[in-house]
Amino acid sequence: MMNKSILEVSGLTMDFGGIRALDRLDLDVGPKEIVALIGPNGAGKTTFFNCLTGIYLPSAGDIRLVSPQTGKQSRLNGLKPNKITKKGVARTFQNIRLFSQMTVLENVMIGRHCRTSSLILGAILRTRRTRKEEQETIDKSYDILEKVGLSEQANEFASNLSYGAQRRLEIARALATEPFLLLLDEPAAGMNPQETADLVTLILQIRDEGHAILLIEHDMKLVMSLSDRIFVMDYGKKIAQGAPAEIRVNRAVIKAYLGEDEGPDNA
Amino acid sequence: MITVKEVKRSLLVSLWFVFLTFPLMVIKVNPYERTVSWRWRNMVYVAIGTFVITLLAKAWFARKEKRMARQQDSCHLRLPIIQRILQKPGYRNSLAVFLLGAALAFPHLFSTYQANIMTTALMYIVLGLGLNIVVGVAGLLDLGYVAFYAVGAYSYALLNLHFDLGFWTVLPIGGLLAALFGVLLGFPVLRLRGDYLAIVTLGFGEIIRLILENWNAFSKGPSGISNIPRPGFFGLEMSLDQAMIYMYYLMIGLLLVTIFVVNRLQDSRLGRAWLALREDEIACQAMGIDKTRTKLIAFSLGAFWAGLIGVIFAAKTTFVNPASFTFMESAIILSIVVLGGMGSIVGVILGALILVLLPEYLRALSEYRMLAFGAILVAMMIFKPEGLIANVRRSYCYHGKKSNTALKNDE
Ligand SMILES: Nc1ncnc2c1ncn2[C@@H]1O[C@H](COP(=O)(O)OP(=O)(O)O)[C@@H](O)[C@H]1O
Ligand SMILES: [Mg+2]
Repeated sequence: MMNKSILEVSGLTMDFGGIRALDRLDLDVGPKEIVALIGPNGAGKTTFFNCLTGIYLPSAGDIRLVSPQTGKQSRLNGLKPNKITKKGVARTFQNIRLFSQMTVLENVMIGRHCRTSSLILGAILRTRRTRKEEQETIDKSYDILEKVGLSEQANEFASNLSYGAQRRLEIARALATEPFLLLLDEPAAGMNPQETADLVTLILQIRDEGHAILLIEHDMKLVMSLSDRIFVMDYGKKIAQGAPAEIRVNRAVIKAYLGEDEGPDNA
Repeated sequence: MITVKEVKRSLLVSLWFVFLTFPLMVIKVNPYERTVSWRWRNMVYVAIGTFVITLLAKAWFARKEKRMARQQDSCHLRLPIIQRILQKPGYRNSLAVFLLGAALAFPHLFSTYQANIMTTALMYIVLGLGLNIVVGVAGLLDLGYVAFYAVGAYSYALLNLHFDLGFWTVLPIGGLLAALFGVLLGFPVLRLRGDYLAIVTLGFGEIIRLILENWNAFSKGPSGISNIPRPGFFGLEMSLDQAMIYMYYLMIGLLLVTIFVVNRLQDSRLGRAWLALREDEIACQAMGIDKTRTKLIAFSLGAFWAGLIGVIFAAKTTFVNPASFTFMESAIILSIVVLGGMGSIVGVILGALILVLLPEYLRALSEYRMLAFGAILVAMMIFKPEGLIANVRRSYCYHGKKSNTALKNDE
C-alpha cells in the first residue's frame, strides 16, 4: 500500500435532485499507480470523474490533490475544470469528445493550451517567442501522436479515425496537458482484441513514464491484468477495494455483478 | 436518371407552391375600383417554374451523392476548384496580386458611384470578418452585432461634436470603446449558450438602438447627428469625388490589415482554442482552456472591428441616426458569415460581395428585388449548407520535416 497518495477523496457525495449518484465515497491513488474503478452500469463511475475534474460540483466531501513534483497540496472542490487540468489531472471521455472538425494533430495541440501562453499580440505580431512556443507545441504534440501510434494520421480530420484510434487520440490529447494523474473512462470500450492489447501496452508505458492512472473499465481481463488496486462501486457506494486477487473472490462484488451482462466472466 | 417517382414528387411540390403563392401571385385586389383581377397566367408560370427547378435540384443532389460515394472509395477528397486554388501557394499568391491590382484600379476604371458602392461592400467585408471571429470561429451566435457598430459610429459623432476630435484620433477610440462594450456585455452573457446567447445579444442590440432613439440629450434622438467631417488627409482640401475615392482606398487598407490580423489570429493558439470551443465546450475545459476568458476575447475582438467600421460609417455618410442600426443590419452581417462558410476568410469576402452587391445590381428587378434575394439565400442553404467555402485545416511541419498535406491532391 502507498503511504503517500497524490489523490485523496473522502466522503464524496453527489446528489442530482433526489438521486444520490455518489454516496460518501473514499478513494486514493498513489504516485505511478494504476487504479481501476469498476462497477455495473449506472453505478456512478463517470459521475465520480465529473466531480474530480470540476464538471460537476460535488454536494459534499473532499477532493485533495498532492503534486508529486512540488509536494504542494490543494483542494479541488469548486475549482473550474480548466484550473484542475492545469494542476495536473487530465481525462478522457466515455462518449468520445474529440474536436471532429480539427485535425488529429490539432486535437493534441489543444491539449498544450494550458502549458502555453501566447495571446492576441503574440498571435498578430508572431514574435520570436510565439513562433518558438508554436513550434514546440507542434513538435511535442507530434511526439505524443507517435507514442500512441497515430503519427501517420496527424493531418486527417479526427472524425475520419476508426473508433479505437479515436480513443487513443483522446488519451494523446489528455497526455498533452502534462498530467501526473490520468483519468481514463472506459478506454477499451468498442475496441477489438488487438486494439485492446495495444492499449494495455500503451497504458503500462504511460505509467512507466511517471503518470498515475485511474481507470474505469468493464473489460475484466484488462482490469485484472493492469491494476495495482481496484475499487468497486455499486449504486454510488464503494462496496469493495483491494488488490485484483482479493476483488476476484469478494462476495459483495460477485453479487453486484450477478445478472450483469458484462460480469466478470473471465475473472 | 429521372424516374417517374421523382416526376410525381416534383408535380406535387409544384402544386403545393401554386397553392402557397396563389393569394400573392394570382389574386389582385384593386381597392379603388373594387375589382378583383385573376392573373391565371402567373399561376402557370409558378407551376412550371417550380416543377423544373425541383427536377433540376433532384438531379443535382443525385449527382452529388454519386460523387460522394465515389470519393469514399478512392479515399481522398476532391476539393472544389476554389479551394484547390487556395491550397497551392503559387496560384493563391498570383490570384491575390491580381485581385489587389484590380481593387486598386477599380475607382479609375469605373465611376465614383461604383466606387462608393464598392466602399460599402468593403465595409461589410470587414464587418463580416469581425463577426466571423465571434460566430464563425468561436461559435457564439451574436445577433446584436450592430450595437457595437453603433457604438463606433456614435463615438465619432459625439466626440467630434463635443470635443472636436478628428477621424484618425477617434478611429482607435471607437474600436476600443466598442471592445469595452463587448467585454461589459460579454461578461454576464457569455455563460449562456446557443439560443439563449442569441436572444440576449438580440435584446442588447435593440436596447442600444432604443437608447439612441430616446435619449435626446445624449444622442439627439431620431433626428441624429449631422455634419460629421470626412476623414482628413494631412489637412488637404478634397472635392466630394476625391473624398469618396480616398474613402475607398482607406477601406482597402483597413481590409488588408483586417485580413492579415484575422488570418494570424485564426492560425494561432487562440484561434485553435476558439475552434475547439465551437465544437465542444466541456472537452475544451477539460483540456485546460479557460472558457470564459477565451470567449470574451473573441467577443470583444469582434466588437472592436464593428467599432472601427462604425467610425468609418459615420465619416462616410457624415450623418448618423438610430435608423442605421436596426436588427436588419445584424442579420445581413450574420448572413454574410453563414453564406460565406463559417470561419473562412475567403468565404466571408465572397459572401459580403454577393450580399451587398447583389441587391444593388438586382435593382432592375425593382419590387421583386428582395424576393429574389431571399430565394438566392434559400437556394444557397439547400445546395451548399456548409457555405461557399468549407472548412479546410492546414497541415503542420514537425521537427523541421514537411508533412503531407491534410487533403491531398494529385500531381
Ligand atoms: N447530469 C445528471 N443529472 C441527473 N442524473 C445524472 C446525471 N449524471 C449522472 N446521473 C445519474 O447518476 C447515475 C450514475 O451515472 P454514471 O456516473 O454515468 O454511471 P456509470 O458511469 O457508472 O455507468 C445514473 O443513475 C445517472 O442517471
Ligand atoms: Mg460511465
